[in-house]
Amino acid sequence: MSAAVVKLGVGNTASVMFALERLGAAATLTDDASRIAEADRIILPGVGAAAHAMRLLREKGLCDVLARFTRPLLGICLGQQLLYEASEEGDAVTLGLIPGKVTRLPASAQTPSPHMGWTKLEAKREHALLEGVADNAYAYFVHSYVCPVGEATIATAEYGARFSALVARGNAFGCQFHPERSGAAGARVLQNFLSLPC
Amino acid sequence: MLLPSKRIIACLDVKDGRVVKGVRFEGHTDAGDPVDLALRYRDEGADEIVIYYIAASVQQRTIDYAWLARVARQMDVPLCVAGGIRTIEQAIACLEHGADKVSINSPALERPEFIDEFADVAGSQCVVLGVDSRAVDGEWMTHQYTGDASTMRRTPRKTLDWIVEAQRRGAGEIVLNCMDRDGTRDGYDVEQLAAARKLLTIPLIASGGAGAARHFVDIFRGADVSGALAASIFHFRKASVGEVKTAVSEAGFEVRS
Repeated sequence: MSAAVVKLGVGNTASVMFALERLGAAATLTDDASRIAEADRIILPGVGAAAHAMRLLREKGLCDVLARFTRPLLGICLGQQLLYEASEEGDAVTLGLIPGKVTRLPASAQTPSPHMGWTKLEAKREHALLEGVADNAYAYFVHSYVCPVGEATIATAEYGARFSALVARGNAFGCQFHPERSGAAGARVLQNFLSLPC
Repeated sequence: MLLPSKRIIACLDVKDGRVVKGVRFEGHTDAGDPVDLALRYRDEGADEIVIYYIAASVQQRTIDYAWLARVARQMDVPLCVAGGIRTIEQAIACLEHGADKVSINSPALERPEFIDEFADVAGSQCVVLGVDSRAVDGEWMTHQYTGDASTMRRTPRKTLDWIVEAQRRGAGEIVLNCMDRDGTRDGYDVEQLAAARKLLTIPLIASGGAGAARHFVDIFRGADVSGALAASIFHFRKASVGEVKTAVSEAGFEVRS
């Protein structure tokens, strides 16, 4: 069993690789379209801005690979946002695997933006990704844009507004928080993703 | 409305591979092994770990990346690194060796465009601006090369102007270290941090002066910062991260339990 972690330009993908290593999972960090297409599962860690990330995905020939992939695909942070149809960030057209548009997180005096810190997850429905994760577990978030709450939503979080923290639609899964930096709860979510049937 | 949880951040000041802690940036004493301490704080519930290479800017050195990766490999909470990162390549290398955020300080004062360039490449969420500030003739002024008493110097930039400029340039977070309090354990500089907080829409982290759990309560009440960073209180076990969190929670603030 091997997971491909998509290498997209600059970012803290090392954190994701280390988390997989701690779980004993075989994983390869790569931007090679054919290797990614053949992986048992794909992790798309989000880094940078939506429009820039989509440009890199196109340049590397990965948009089609991700859209056609039938085994489990997990987007993390911006990676989750890219699963949606569009993003206000740079007016990007994104992968369109989940209906809806990503919008800017409203900043306020009480909620500075980016949302950077630990916030509680609230489960909306039962799902294999949440197995063994306590309801109201804290997860670590770093983002300035948010995914809407909809049918795909498994768990939400609230920071200024309520948004999707964990989503699933078909073989596409996403977490807005960083499971690789969210302590035991995050490790469990990653482990649950790795345990999903291919 | 649910209020955001306050972050308790443990900082390791590292010099020659050891954690050190001084008073007002001078007279460093040994405080232990970095990996051991990082893991201890993680276990006690630290919301974030900062590794600060204190002499790096002064000596024009940068981070030992292999060593950084060894710490990062074991961390499942966010990790920020700071100290002498002066090029985009170095900042990226930190991210690629497991840092989640990179804090820049003296080099940004030398060349403010560094903030824009780093944010463009890595995104603002990775860009932390560290500011060393102290009152000079009634005005808060930024200081540079504070890792060593002999090289430390005041810059012409006023602290409050500088943090607003950094925010405009794309910094994702400001860590404001109030030097007059650093290592004193007299409490955070509520006045300065409250003034800074009013000017920012990005998160502000308090640094310098924590000596007791109640100081964290004081700064969250007095300046509504997003987080508070401390070093010596934890190294010398004046209070544990857990004790601080209990005090902050009992005062009515949300903290990760």
